[in-house]
Amino acid sequence: MTIIERPSTEVAIAGGTPAGVKPSEALGVFKRPAASTSWRDWLVTVDHKKLGIMYGVTAFFFFIVGGVEALLIRLQLIAPNGKVLNADQYNQMFTMHATTMVFLFVMPMAAAFANYFVPLQIGARDVAFPRINAFGFWCFLFGGLFLNSSWFLGGGADGGWFMYAPNSSTLFSPSHGIDFWTVGLQITGIASLTGAINLIVTILNMRTKGMKMMRMPIFTWMVLVTQFLLLFAIPVITVALFLLTFQRSFDATFFDVASGADPLLWQHLFWIFGHPEVYIMILPSFGIVSEVIPVFSKKPLFGYPIVAMSGAAIGFVGWGVWAHHMFASGLGPVSVTVFSMATMAIAVPTGVKIVNWVMTMWGGKLTFTIPMMFAIALIVQFTIGGLSGVTHAVAPSDTQQTDTYYIVAHFHYVLFGGAVFGLFSGFYYWWPKMFRRQLNNTIGKWNFWLMVIGMNLTFGPMHILGLQGQPRRMQVWTEARAGEGFFNLGFWNRIASIGSFTLGTGVLLFLVNVVYTHKSKKVAIAPLDPWDARSLEWMTQSPPQEHNFDVLPTVSHLDEFFHRKYETDSSTHGVTQAHSAEEVLAELNAHPDEHIHMPSRSYWPILLAFSLPVIGYGVIYNRTLMAVGAGLILLTMFGWAMEPSTSPDDDFDPPAPGEGGGHTKELSPLG
Amino acid sequence: MAETAISHDHDAGHGAHSSTGLSNNKLGMWMFLGSECLLFGGLISTYMLYKGRVNSGPQPNNIFDIPFTSVSSFVLLMSSLTMVLAVSAAQRKDERNMNLWLIVTALLGATFVGGQVYEFTSFYREGLGFTTSLFGSSFYTLTGFHGVHVSVGIIMLMALVGMNRNKRIPGDRAEVVELIGLYWHFVDIVWIIIFTLVYLIPS
Repeated sequence: MTIIERPSTEVAIAGGTPAGVKPSEALGVFKRPAASTSWRDWLVTVDHKKLGIMYGVTAFFFFIVGGVEALLIRLQLIAPNGKVLNADQYNQMFTMHATTMVFLFVMPMAAAFANYFVPLQIGARDVAFPRINAFGFWCFLFGGLFLNSSWFLGGGADGGWFMYAPNSSTLFSPSHGIDFWTVGLQITGIASLTGAINLIVTILNMRTKGMKMMRMPIFTWMVLVTQFLLLFAIPVITVALFLLTFQRSFDATFFDVASGADPLLWQHLFWIFGHPEVYIMILPSFGIVSEVIPVFSKKPLFGYPIVAMSGAAIGFVGWGVWAHHMFASGLGPVSVTVFSMATMAIAVPTGVKIVNWVMTMWGGKLTFTIPMMFAIALIVQFTIGGLSGVTHAVAPSDTQQTDTYYIVAHFHYVLFGGAVFGLFSGFYYWWPKMFRRQLNNTIGKWNFWLMVIGMNLTFGPMHILGLQGQPRRMQVWTEARAGEGFFNLGFWNRIASIGSFTLGTGVLLFLVNVVYTHKSKKVAIAPLDPWDARSLEWMTQSPPQEHNFDVLPTVSHLDEFFHRKYETDSSTHGVTQAHSAEEVLAELNAHPDEHIHMPSRSYWPILLAFSLPVIGYGVIYNRTLMAVGAGLILLTMFGWAMEPSTSPDDDFDPPAPGEGGGHTKELSPLG
Repeated sequence: MAETAISHDHDAGHGAHSSTGLSNNKLGMWMFLGSECLLFGGLISTYMLYKGRVNSGPQPNNIFDIPFTSVSSFVLLMSSLTMVLAVSAAQRKDERNMNLWLIVTALLGATFVGGQVYEFTSFYREGLGFTTSLFGSSFYTLTGFHGVHVSVGIIMLMALVGMNRNKRIPGDRAEVVELIGLYWHFVDIVWIIIFTLVYLIPS
């Protein structure tokens, strides 16, 4: 990587290239892209903060796509004999809704936060492999677009998000939807895998002086656990997707029951990935609220090591519970018993976290800002979803509820009430860090309450619908079979549909808030430390300059920033603020580092990522195109390998004292 | 993605700050190989589930040519030895021997892949196609994935030799050789498992 202190340019040139030729030109194939402020810079950037923002914007775009799909589903079910979608479109809609939300919204949005904040939280200047980081983003974007291009090429995938065999075979799903699904997820999988390697190495290897593992902010901890889960889960889904592609496009027999195949193979492979996947989605949000709750309770996180280790415990036990998704498939009593018990066990570390958050708030000076409100909502809603979830460990009860709306209710409470609320908490908490402006409080409150009320109206009634036996993925309901009184299915379906539009309005208000915050002249620049925060990412300017820190801080405490601001009062055993954030920053930056060498921009990540969908279209339509794609990959890989990761003319040196007044470059709010 | 994983995002190698003492590249390679274990784990499980399921076409036991595959396995294992010699030469900065052993490693790998191509062709002639039976599909998928890994390794070795000749290896050359060596040994170890489970243990 990157941040090497280069002795001097002369030595670098002496090390291997002819004198008089700049190494970057001698070694690269293209001329390297230079720094600029135009939009083109976003195509070639390797800056983890810009990539984080790009992940965030793209993921939010897919959130809206998935949200529209959800609203179409609810519109279909708002009245009896719904005519909005036909059965085929309905199948595509719920499949693509789930796929989009899981793979193209929650995971990449967590990656957005991880990309942006992990290096800042551990006191690093970038991630370990900046170009691979950019490559991961472009894989995600192109994979997502490839997946959604199926809408225009004969319809989306229609087998449900877990795509059970043998329903996924060409006999039952003759359109190309599932082919787009398998290859598209393969491409976004590359993004997750490279991202996982990158972030693990970053966290393990690039911590600043004194940043021991047990001093890392809890968000970084949860990201670390998540990335290990991804590292080992993604290859399993990769195998499953390859088998399915080979079956659909190359006539292999893996899931062909007539040839003696076992449809359970797909279920096992999918859920060995799929269950760690649910922790992959929830743990980053747990990390975010573990940052937010201490800040707005004015207390350190209760039992920091316990929270970190319970996260790691979830990461381990999460591998032993996958078959609880398959209790209805006839696994046999021994398997069911083992997986029941493991499922009950994993509730323990999760419950531990909830206790820790509540104990953090206990006796604290609570301020109910928008991020705090979302964090508290997460605790409440996730607990409801967790309770309905842990009852599924009881196999007889689970068998009763399998494939009913009760399941739909359960996982939306944990995913929407858990993961998504955590992400929204993160938006409001870190917005002033990323964009130097605080999102509007009033619109934020509307945003929050509409989302909370909307989600409970939408998903709450689904418990009742499910217990009454309404099957998951049911395309129409009829008045004649809806039942009577309190348990009238039609009534609760209407409520759920109204709730979903309330929820949609809430999300829309978030966008309104963003536009208002950045367009309105009345919104002031946010202060450096608007929340009186505790961790390292706040110990630099907002938004952080490209090299993150003028001086890499040396860490001596958990919650380092807090310890630099506050002093213990020995008489009262309380703490008093001794320094403002500005003073802490000025003291830290008194002698800025010189020769900060940042990774250089590159064309190769986007080019390499672009070759992947070419292969994808080749698999589906034309084998020659596959060869073209493979050739492109080989060429771009060689181009990449020949380009040094850093070009020597990219040094950042602080201006000499007295020159220009400040030691930091002025950056536009979007970096 | 092996090539990207080791691709010279060179960094902490030069004694710069690294919390674990390992360079980023090496740690990244280890992580990548950890992930690869699960990839082959999934493929091997699929094969083990399906190896006896033959509705039509040949059974595993009457198609495998154990002596032939033993020889090609031996060739692949020897390539691990030559890879070690290449790494050791690179660390001694002995460029001549490094190039020699890298080329020998690539040739041994190519011999193995050639043997696999021959094996696939003869199996196909004996009636085992990719779509013939579950055994056929899972056998070709598992060994095919392994063969692709060896081929990618050969491309990396040859690229290494070529780039070294043109002085185009950025960063610490000995470490780049070592990283490709890690990958190469991993692929060999996977073959030992495949050879044992697929060929030696009768179904």
